Amino acid sequence: MRLELGKIFIKDVQFSDETRVENGILYINKEELLKEVSGDERLRSIDVELAKPGEEVRIIPVKDVIEPRVKVEGKGGIFPGFISKVDTVGSGRTHVLKGAAVVTTGKIVGFQEGIIDMTGEGAKYTPFSKTNNIVLVCEPVDNLPQHEHEEAVRMVGFKAACYLGRAGKNVEPDEIKVYETLPLLEQVNMYPHLPKVVYVYMLQSQGLLHDTYVYGVDAKKIIPTFIYPTEVFDGAIVSGNCVSACDKNPTYVHMNNPIIEDLYERHGKDINFIGCIITNENVYLADKERSSNYTAKLVEFLGADAAIISEEGFGNPDADLVMNCNKIEEKGIKTVLVTDEYAGRDGASQSLADSTPKGDAVVTAGNANELILLPPMKKIIGHVEAADIIAGGFAGSLREDGSIEAEIQVITGATSEVGFGYLSAKGF
Amino acid sequence: MIKVVHYLNQFFGQVGGEEKAHIEPFVKEGFIGPGMALNAAFKGQAQIVATIICGDSYYAENEEKAKNTILEMIKKYEPDLFIAGPAFNAGRYGNACGSICKYVKDNLNIPVLTGMYIENPGVDLYKKDIYIISTKDSAVGMRDAIPKMAALALKLINNEEIGTPETEGYIERGIRKNYFAQERGSKRAVDMLVKKIKGEEFKTEFKMPDFDRVEPNPPIVDIKNAKIALVTSGGIVPKGNPDKIESSSASKFGKYDIEGVFDLTSETYETAHGGYDPVYANKDADRVLPVDVLRELEKEGKIGSLHRYYYSTVGNGTAVANAKRYGQKIAEELIKDGVQAVILTST
Repeated sequence: MRLELGKIFIKDVQFSDETRVENGILYINKEELLKEVSGDERLRSIDVELAKPGEEVRIIPVKDVIEPRVKVEGKGGIFPGFISKVDTVGSGRTHVLKGAAVVTTGKIVGFQEGIIDMTGEGAKYTPFSKTNNIVLVCEPVDNLPQHEHEEAVRMVGFKAACYLGRAGKNVEPDEIKVYETLPLLEQVNMYPHLPKVVYVYMLQSQGLLHDTYVYGVDAKKIIPTFIYPTEVFDGAIVSGNCVSACDKNPTYVHMNNPIIEDLYERHGKDINFIGCIITNENVYLADKERSSNYTAKLVEFLGADAAIISEEGFGNPDADLVMNCNKIEEKGIKTVLVTDEYAGRDGASQSLADSTPKGDAVVTAGNANELILLPPMKKIIGHVEAADIIAGGFAGSLREDGSIEAEIQVITGATSEVGFGYLSAKGF
Repeated sequence: MIKVVHYLNQFFGQVGGEEKAHIEPFVKEGFIGPGMALNAAFKGQAQIVATIICGDSYYAENEEKAKNTILEMIKKYEPDLFIAGPAFNAGRYGNACGSICKYVKDNLNIPVLTGMYIENPGVDLYKKDIYIISTKDSAVGMRDAIPKMAALALKLINNEEIGTPETEGYIERGIRKNYFAQERGSKRAVDMLVKKIKGEEFKTEFKMPDFDRVEPNPPIVDIKNAKIALVTSGGIVPKGNPDKIESSSASKFGKYDIEGVFDLTSETYETAHGGYDPVYANKDADRVLPVDVLRELEKEGKIGSLHRYYYSTVGNGTAVANAKRYGQKIAEELIKDGVQAVILTST
């Protein structure tokens, strides 16, 4: 499967009378965009705001972030199972509005939604302070059940990203990156002397607003399976999560999975990257046992010599991470784990809920409990009072002057467990 | 001038060996023993004004009293810094150094520092509270330890930023601090994987704690013919504690013959353990080591036999590494003696 990713660099975003991309500027017809995303009776109102890097703007509570993309050649379309039919994606050519991002906000859905600051201390911790953000402020009708609220807002984000992505369909990309993975036996034979590596991609699936979807299927209901890495670049995996903002994978991060990108960087040089195994993080022990058994079996079946395993979330999924590590290492297959830590505000507590001596190679995205003071911002998009109730915030987090004291857990993408960010932690 | 008070045990304070371990704390003006090298290592930036010497047994057995007496002694000198040891692998000395450092830090709010070997039981007890320079396991390591202690002490007193355990030479305190790395996490993961595959050296960013889980053995099939032994970390010893097992951070375990013993009484057995109220164990040690019940089961034919020897140590403040060693040794002997099952009791 071969995918050309054509990146159109977006350096600014403006409202205009026509939605188009010109000289690196994304112009948006606001009415047309609103028309495109409206129609769901469950939402009372939708509005669009812009937030650019360096502006004194805070977006809170952030539900999801999505990248505008469009399929130019090849089967299917972006977000199969949601926006497009369920054709297999990941081949042909896809255009990306790199530097633009759709952000969804509005009344809080779950407890665990995030903050994006476009400037100041908080901006250092989120990758979405560097993107030109098209913010969709979605307000639900009264008494809407949370799971329906989540679904409605999720769809608005996908629709907006596809609508904006289409503006790049006929634009010549600034950069084209080609990713290719062959059918397994051919891929193995292509670099017979290089160690075969798979990526074990753990998807948050604890349920109750902790959900991830694969081609429209709830990941709770999958058994671990094998995918071509390029499928994710077309939105085959999307977020339906309202879990802690710091270490969930927003849809944007799934579409740009950095472990996949960086494995491709070494592909054919030091390693033979043969593909991805996706697995889940269900809450029942039998599910955990089944999924980790199945994952280890697949890694072995594919003949891998080594694997990177990334977690999503913390606490309960630490058990899945440890099971995956143990069972894969027991087969003599080397692993590197990517996780984050909850070591307490003073950094002195036990970082993970589970542990294994076999996990001797761990990349950490930092301690999510560390406190941060976010300065007041001139403009708030969304509802700032959410600061006291989102995960990582506490009563009194929001101060009178508009500053927020909270754990970095509140910041969208702060401790990305697919290594999208630069944060890490050291022992002292 | 930065004023320093130094703490030493009876041995390093040049009073004597184990026979002097009971001495009460006293003060000597200036430095003595390892204090001489330490004072020199300060290169004129700090001065040891007094040394407090206390016997290891005295401190262990009278901790509350010793702490307060020593604190009063220290106060008189209004020091800017307090240093204890280094204690190397001496268990009671390590505990005393850690304990007094923490007490001084909490009460006088001045920087404190000590040094120990990684397996000293004082490390696990106090590393979260104080800086402990990592030393060798005996006084042979004095020459390595002193410059590191002096350097870190000066940094602490001057309020300089303290670097990582590797750069400063202290034992990791288990405190996690965030920083922004040069590369994004995914690239760090791929780089680490490639190194691991190639067998090259790599450094994990997070050391997973080793909980040392033990898989339970399958149940005994033929319990009526099984030879069963008793092993305890509850410190039950024949009256008088013949092996002098320490009340805390035990340096040994004992093996005791219970042939013909049907009941442990207050006249015959007691506990050496210093970590719990011993009244009920001393009244009837069967409460910790159930010899009486097992003798009954033996008589009724419900078990094969009770092993002739029981093993005992004190689990109070005992370093995991030591405990593991005792466990391995005890297990070897039990297997050799044909024991099929062990009842492990703690407190």
